[in-house]
Amino acid sequence: MPQFNEPSPLEVKILTKRFQLPNSASIDTYLATDGYKAFLKAREMTPEQIVEEVKVSTLRGRGGAGFPTGMKWSFVPRNSPKPKYVICNADEGEPGTCKDRLLMEFDPHQLIEGMMIAGLAVDAHKGYIYIRGEYRYLIEIMDKAIAEAYARGWLGKNIQGTGFDFDCYTHTGAGSYECGEETALLESLEGKRGVPRLKPPFPAVSGAFQSPTILNNVETYAAVPAIIRDGGAAFAALGTPKNGGTRLFCLSGHLNKPGVYELPMGFNLLRMINEVGGGVRNGKKLKAVIPGGSSCPVLRADECDIPMDYDSLAKAKSMAGSGGVIILDEDTCMVRAAMRLMKFYQHESCGWCVPCREGTTWLKKILVRFHDGRGERQDIDMIGELSKSILGRTFCPLGDAAAMPTIAFVEKFRDEFEAHLNGKCPYGQH
Amino acid sequence: MADLVTLTIDGRTVKAAPGTLVIDAAKQNGIEIPSFCYYEGLSLQAACRMCLVEIEKAPKLMVGCTTPVAEGMVVRTDSPAVRTARKMTLEFLLTNHPLDCPVCDKGGECELQDMVFRYGAGESRFAEMKHHVDEKQWSPVVFYDGPRCILCYRCVRVCNEGMGVGALGITNRGVTAEIAPNKGDHLECDECGACIDICPVGALTSGTYRYKTRPWEMEYDATICGHCSNGCKTTLGVRNGQIIRANNRDKSGVNGEFLCIKGRYGFDFVHSEERLQSPLKRVGDKFEEISWAEALATVAGKFKAIKERGGKFGVIGSNQTTNEENFYLRKFVREGLGAPNIDHRRTGDVGALLQALGGKQGALATVGDLYLTKAALVIGSDLSQQHPLLAYQLRANKRHHNAHLYVVAPGAVREDQYAFKSVRAAAGGELAALEGLRDSLKAEADLTILFGDSLQGEAVGKLVAFADSLGIPVKYVPLVDYSNSRGAFDMGVGPAEGGLDYNGIVSATDLDAVWVVGENPLKDKALGSTGAFVVVQDLFLTETAKRADIVLPSASAYEKNGTVTSVTGEVQKLKSGAKVMGAKPDLEIIGLIGKEMGLNLGLIWKSDKVFEEIRKTVKGYDLPLPILTTGGAAQASAAEVMSSEQRAASIQSSRDTLFTSGTLGRYSKMLQSVMESPGGLYRG
Repeated sequence: MPQFNEPSPLEVKILTKRFQLPNSASIDTYLATDGYKAFLKAREMTPEQIVEEVKVSTLRGRGGAGFPTGMKWSFVPRNSPKPKYVICNADEGEPGTCKDRLLMEFDPHQLIEGMMIAGLAVDAHKGYIYIRGEYRYLIEIMDKAIAEAYARGWLGKNIQGTGFDFDCYTHTGAGSYECGEETALLESLEGKRGVPRLKPPFPAVSGAFQSPTILNNVETYAAVPAIIRDGGAAFAALGTPKNGGTRLFCLSGHLNKPGVYELPMGFNLLRMINEVGGGVRNGKKLKAVIPGGSSCPVLRADECDIPMDYDSLAKAKSMAGSGGVIILDEDTCMVRAAMRLMKFYQHESCGWCVPCREGTTWLKKILVRFHDGRGERQDIDMIGELSKSILGRTFCPLGDAAAMPTIAFVEKFRDEFEAHLNGKCPYGQH
Repeated sequence: MADLVTLTIDGRTVKAAPGTLVIDAAKQNGIEIPSFCYYEGLSLQAACRMCLVEIEKAPKLMVGCTTPVAEGMVVRTDSPAVRTARKMTLEFLLTNHPLDCPVCDKGGECELQDMVFRYGAGESRFAEMKHHVDEKQWSPVVFYDGPRCILCYRCVRVCNEGMGVGALGITNRGVTAEIAPNKGDHLECDECGACIDICPVGALTSGTYRYKTRPWEMEYDATICGHCSNGCKTTLGVRNGQIIRANNRDKSGVNGEFLCIKGRYGFDFVHSEERLQSPLKRVGDKFEEISWAEALATVAGKFKAIKERGGKFGVIGSNQTTNEENFYLRKFVREGLGAPNIDHRRTGDVGALLQALGGKQGALATVGDLYLTKAALVIGSDLSQQHPLLAYQLRANKRHHNAHLYVVAPGAVREDQYAFKSVRAAAGGELAALEGLRDSLKAEADLTILFGDSLQGEAVGKLVAFADSLGIPVKYVPLVDYSNSRGAFDMGVGPAEGGLDYNGIVSATDLDAVWVVGENPLKDKALGSTGAFVVVQDLFLTETAKRADIVLPSASAYEKNGTVTSVTGEVQKLKSGAKVMGAKPDLEIIGLIGKEMGLNLGLIWKSDKVFEEIRKTVKGYDLPLPILTTGGAAQASAAEVMSSEQRAASIQSSRDTLFTSGTLGRYSKMLQSVMESPGGLYRG
């Protein structure tokens, strides 16, 4: 069973505040530490007030796209005669991202409570937690937590005498990255092939089982109890304007102290590397950082003095993504990194649309050839050109996710590609 | 109608109805936005990305096939960005495509070839290994070559949405994704070949056509399918007189692109080695081949002698010969031979309906009406098995217009799956069951009723009375079995007063001559008149032909001209395509017998001349020639053509399925080769 890393004194522990407690996943621990109080408070509020509180918190989707959560909830039609659904995207698949697993492992009730509050906000009475198949052990933990909640009257009919009904279920994915895309997730949840749906209609109007649906990431729901309990303004104040709260940054790569750290939005990346993560491993110099999971364009070391929030990273032509911060030291071969990532995207392309299906395959083959020392000069431009031919032309964002980092690798580290042309890796890595 | 939206496409100001997709708005104005996965009438995919266009103010290229028009929208379909995107999409598509065009069935009529020719790059930069998988055979009809597939999902959709079968799905993912039968390694379906037909490339190929010819080596003859009564237009691809394939890609005719297995593959009986190609004469227990001259002289001599001595004739016409042939046969028998005993096999009570309607016009539905009717009621028929085009139309109507379908059938039928209401009623119990639907039916805006052979005579009258009592406009389709069942009835191929009907002719013991033109009445019974001189005109040595004294080899529907009348009363022209040496059209055979006998019927046996006579003399058949001669369908108006006494003959559908076609089906290797259990759902 994975262990949680040592916390850093720089952390602001809101979502992870129970992680260090003994039996943190049990409902007793949860109830002893403000658990389910936010739900009871929200039950006294109107749905509009709940949505407003979430809007005030400036909480943005923690799955990758960073869409304002309160606004997303407000799109659900109030007067639909259909049942509504609250769905949690726990298909944490973005390379470099490993935070949702901890939130489910160490504090599953916080997620359940967040989903219940979402249910109150949109008048939904059913929640599904879609967990990636590889997280087998988490399904057991979540199922146990759900069973506890039912047994103690925090799920089911007439919860704690409030008159509110809410059922919650887990559902297993089968290991497809694409099923982390919200509409592909819905297809998979409905028992179909995991390919994305045409939008519109958006899930808020017609999502699961053709009914209004809100779909958020684990961390997004997990932030909701704190927002209701302590107020949206308090949550917002933790971060930077329009980028409220804290988020769980997953520091990985060539670091002395990799791990998941809860830090305020807008925390400086260099400080994150050096003060939270203990600096680059083995006294090496920093070469680059992938700041938000593998689909975010890489930042050169000289671009890393930057606040880690959605808007600042967008300004730097990268993305905050899912909070997966991958540190690459000076010995890293960027051709190899680009190839490794393209192998992932090629493997995970669902095949629905032409540019992604054929484009990632072509790119992978070129990058593998290049990496194997059989690259030619014109390949370098072609890698960029093919990536740009995928970018913005695919059915879902997977194509962009493959193209954007590749374009950045070629543009920012062209010299390394050129250095491979003599058939050898300058870093001796292959 | 809502106000039109004004937008600009390639600098031209155009108008389109709200909700129109950009790709359609462009097409309506003569501007092509290329696409593979977009297909009119099927659900949207936005998968091929070929239709990307520039829309002003949009941050990136937009998909023309899913973006609806908007007021003031400015669309560019031929900008440098669009041209580059198309070129790249095609280059991507060709990376794993085998480019085996020289041996591919689709070469010359391939949408991918055409697109690359028009929008693609002259050369590919792809220098890597291609992804390859081996070809698979899913059924005797369907082969799948994965590497050629561009994954447009048209096949999956046409099977699921168009046919209501859903036999195809997608397996694997990414570049290894491929189309696959939902049953694993084989198809359990209608074997209609719609998936093959709709495939833009050579990924899906047919067991009958593959590797036989190049498309430009064939001549194309649009004619009417010779099997069931639905009257589908089928375009025969003919090389050296041999039919190589049939489809209706030009979407002409009442059926659009629809064809079932019989229309698409069931033509192969034409070139069966069992086809008769020479007249036969019985010598003891055996047949000997004789010349046409000898055969005609023998038949004419016998007929003349029997006529002169006042002997009795029994004549049976066909559900599959042309209107002209049946008309001429009737005229020959009634006027030339002066014989009252003539009939054809009845498979549905058209007469009772026409009588109940009492000449009321506009009460017979066309195939087109089935797509537009607000509600339809199917009584006593497994429509998808027996009348696949009619079922297809109703399915499309449900899909596109949400039409209400009511089903009254003795067992489960495919229509149940999308029926608004479906009730079970055994034969004879249908009218009682209808009462339970009365309130729902009354609330419909209009209704089309399709009924099978379980409603006959008085019951049809009661059905019409029931429908009249609903107070809504009602149209009817009296269901009959074969390609010209309706025409045989309309041409009056029935007994004169006091004459023997179909069963009477077979069971009578005192007939001197029995003449069967394209029918197999002795399939499972013996001829009563053991001493009769029997003449049979047929394609094959059927059970009936085996009893003949003289067998005359006739031409099939695909080898002759003339007209046929479909189940909906729509008259269409046949066009001769195939050639089979030795066989003659029945009209010519009948005419030549008359000539040998020295009869003067005042009408020569040319189909155009006979049809002219039909237009003048047959009630309801004064049809506009321009429509017919240009390949269109014109509905004969409802008119009582037989007296009720003439109609009294027994009526029974032969309950063919998608994989049977009366006697004809036995000689189609393709129909015989499919594994599916015929009519698995329902046997009346």
